[in-house]
Amino acid sequence: MSESKNGHYKVIGTRPIRHDGVDKVTGRAKYGADYAFPGMLFGKVLRSPHAHAIIKSINVEKALKMPGVKAIVTSADLPEAEDSTQQVGEAAMNPRYLSMNILAHQKALYDGHAIAAVAATSPHIAEEALRLIEVDYEVLPPVMTVDDAMKKNAPILLPNLRNKEEGDNPTNVANHLQFKRGDTKAGLAAADFVVEREFHTAMVHQGYIEPHNAVGIYNSDGQGTIYCSTQGAFDVRSMCAQVLGISVGKIKVVPAEIGGGFGGKTTIYLEPLSLMLAKKTGHPVKLVMTRGEVLRATGPTSGSKIKIKMGCTRDGKITGAEVWMAYEAGAFPGSPVGAGAMCLLAPYNIDNFQIDGYDVVVNRPKTAAYRAPGATNAAMASETVIDELAEKCGMDPIDFRIANAAKEGTAQIVGPPYKRIGFIETVEAIKNSPHYKSALTGKNRGRGVAAGFWFNAGMQSSATVNIQTDGTASVITGSTDIGGSRAAMAMITAEVLGMDVTDVRPTVADTDSTGHTDVTGGSRTTFATGMAVYNAAQDALRQLKERAAKTWEKKPEDVKFEDGKFSAEGEGIKPMTVKQLASRLARTGGPITGRAQVSTGGIGVGPAFAATLVDVEVDPDTGKVQILRATVAQDAGTAIHPSYVEGQMQGGTSQGLGWALNEEYFYDSKGTLKNIGLLDYRMPTCLDLPMIETAIVEIPNPIHPLGVRGVGEVSIVPPPAAVANAIYKATGVRMTELPMSPPRVLKAILEHRRVHDLQAAAAD
Amino acid sequence: MAQKAKSNGKVNGHHAHHAHKTRVEATINGEMVEFLCEPRQSMLEVLRDVLELTGSKEGCLTGDCGACSVIIDGRTVCSCLMFGVEAAGKNITTVEGLADGAKLHPLQQKFLEDASLQCGICTPGFLMSAKALLDRNPNPTEAEIRYALAGNLCRCTGYDKIVHAVLDAAKAMQAGG
Repeated sequence: MSESKNGHYKVIGTRPIRHDGVDKVTGRAKYGADYAFPGMLFGKVLRSPHAHAIIKSINVEKALKMPGVKAIVTSADLPEAEDSTQQVGEAAMNPRYLSMNILAHQKALYDGHAIAAVAATSPHIAEEALRLIEVDYEVLPPVMTVDDAMKKNAPILLPNLRNKEEGDNPTNVANHLQFKRGDTKAGLAAADFVVEREFHTAMVHQGYIEPHNAVGIYNSDGQGTIYCSTQGAFDVRSMCAQVLGISVGKIKVVPAEIGGGFGGKTTIYLEPLSLMLAKKTGHPVKLVMTRGEVLRATGPTSGSKIKIKMGCTRDGKITGAEVWMAYEAGAFPGSPVGAGAMCLLAPYNIDNFQIDGYDVVVNRPKTAAYRAPGATNAAMASETVIDELAEKCGMDPIDFRIANAAKEGTAQIVGPPYKRIGFIETVEAIKNSPHYKSALTGKNRGRGVAAGFWFNAGMQSSATVNIQTDGTASVITGSTDIGGSRAAMAMITAEVLGMDVTDVRPTVADTDSTGHTDVTGGSRTTFATGMAVYNAAQDALRQLKERAAKTWEKKPEDVKFEDGKFSAEGEGIKPMTVKQLASRLARTGGPITGRAQVSTGGIGVGPAFAATLVDVEVDPDTGKVQILRATVAQDAGTAIHPSYVEGQMQGGTSQGLGWALNEEYFYDSKGTLKNIGLLDYRMPTCLDLPMIETAIVEIPNPIHPLGVRGVGEVSIVPPPAAVANAIYKATGVRMTELPMSPPRVLKAILEHRRVHDLQAAAAD
Repeated sequence: MAQKAKSNGKVNGHHAHHAHKTRVEATINGEMVEFLCEPRQSMLEVLRDVLELTGSKEGCLTGDCGACSVIIDGRTVCSCLMFGVEAAGKNITTVEGLADGAKLHPLQQKFLEDASLQCGICTPGFLMSAKALLDRNPNPTEAEIRYALAGNLCRCTGYDKIVHAVLDAAKAMQAGG
């Protein structure tokens, strides 16, 4: 273990081996698909081959007669769910739409939409049975893009969908939101330079390596249990309760180890099906998706169209920005256009802006959260336009950003001022990096920089710290550990209680065994659950002091705790370690359990910023872009475990680079997804990437007792814009579409050459 | 035509009427193992569902992600692309057989020390591909490591800390660690 370099702490800032590590390198860790129970059946899901179709009838008779088939469920087995908007975890949720996504009601709304689920004695039998289910479809024209969906007379996906502006007219526009400040027209008129561009970004998937899974058990006494890999066991419980019409108290959700999520495992797909099939058969039922199902039918993030007009003065002050953005929500309302709108100008202090965002339903899978949802699309637009403005001013793009940077006191997009933030320090860290100071030479090469903003969600978390009789401790939370958070929770506990981190056992508990805890998402786990753990450890420490006081017949406030030892003034009082004190618990009042709950609200209370620098080489004959070097800087507030902070920064950068260069959903004219495997949905391999250099910035978060800012998401935001800016330097071409795949880059290069040649010919 | 069986709590064993099973003998993690499997069952399914070796993971079933990588007679193989019956007479190592009893393999140790895993689902596959690499090339360059691991997808780490761990494990093994 390394020594902490931050100067304030003993444990925080070190790099201990994670507590769940050995299980994960030996194959012992149990992920959702690894669970098996006696008498377990296997489920498979029949999915719509049509993007948009009325379901006229479903006949399951032949399938039910197949030997080994035990039960089939369709939407007829679902109760009527409430048509309302509710807050679940990070996102708004309408139980009716959620239910319609679990099993199509009346209409199939995307290629892959679940129609029926079968439970059988083997997965192979279940799969064969799917072919015996007869569905009569009336195929409707699909609506695949926001442009098509927003047209007058566009086919309507959801007959009951209305928005405020269109009154009682059916529409595909679920919502229009607006953020405004100052006088945008005047601001743009005052500009010396104005850049106006239109961007298109493709729908992309989180690409976690573990497909969705669920094992449902339903006992005859009405008690249900679901084992699954989820980012939020409590959210699975409340969503399943809503969809199945049962009380949350009748469901226990056991969070298995999770093989990645990135936001995609914050909702439900298989979980209610496993419970419905378990109830019908009286057996445990396991469902695991194939990769094709994951791509077709879970929630990717929105493709988008963004128009932006931004102006600045000659000396580099942004005077105004006008933004129009429409995001594909998928088949049901709920794209992250609102978050995108709140993020794209967030790093800057701009007096005049207007942002209009549209949430648009299309015949694609319902989008789910994906790492800083909405912000990456948005930053592709704003951060490339800012690069262009900086160039027009003849300014270094980092200096341009610093000149316009938001700082403590700057009004956020939503209004209230920022508390202490580290945006300037973050871009300065890039400027001070060895990468930035190095020379980039060679043909067809370019260097680009971009920045990004993302929130830290607060929400609710619970934590328990138990002092064991040998002076060790357990820390229990309900936050799924998706990237090493158990280590962080143990480190916070160890720091407060003066213990070795190896003397703290961290556990992620099921929904019966810990207090309500919202999703692992929104960069909130180390921030909010970390806060609960800190408070719970303080609560345990307070009780330990009381026991020491009792032993010494002193007042608790007279007991000091320093360097792992309790002491007090007085004759014959010998300092006691936690271990010594813990061995006396039974005699001094019984077990010690420290507890805490937090419910932190407020948008942007401790936001995170990142900046990315990339060098690329563009092959002018094929359009292929190679990443030569990448550096990411991010404000972590206080880095609890620096290795896992770096890991988040590197992982987010890698996903951002995949989004930038290769990843996209390809639909044909009928709305059928054509790339349903990981060969064709092209995520970065280790051959595609260089080492990813990191610079952790630590500007403590003033609203967190340890100064923590969430670090999980923001690093995905800048890479596409940084790559676009680098491609410009390499080729002279401004890219406005994602991904910047070889065909798109080549097309842009050829068009650029054609225009250039025409201009040269005209000049002759 | 078989009658649809009433639930009897023994459903796992009763689809024998549906597909004949083949008896297969193979060496798995150093032990001679016998198992029965249907011809259509992949080696991955046999490992996970028949032999309860769930350390090998299913990420795609098309050989693209490498989460199911095992070493068969010295070569890295995606066990999802191989039938269980093809295991007959083969020598197979899975992640469960990587450590020497209680002593972790240097790759396992370095993956822990270098924080090379986040969610951990791809880790068994990476460990097996990396082991096959180090078995044939004990001192690989970064480029050789990236080439050897290009068949394994990791979505969490950006590969940086994985490549470092393999470099570090090679060093430790050279030093006799």
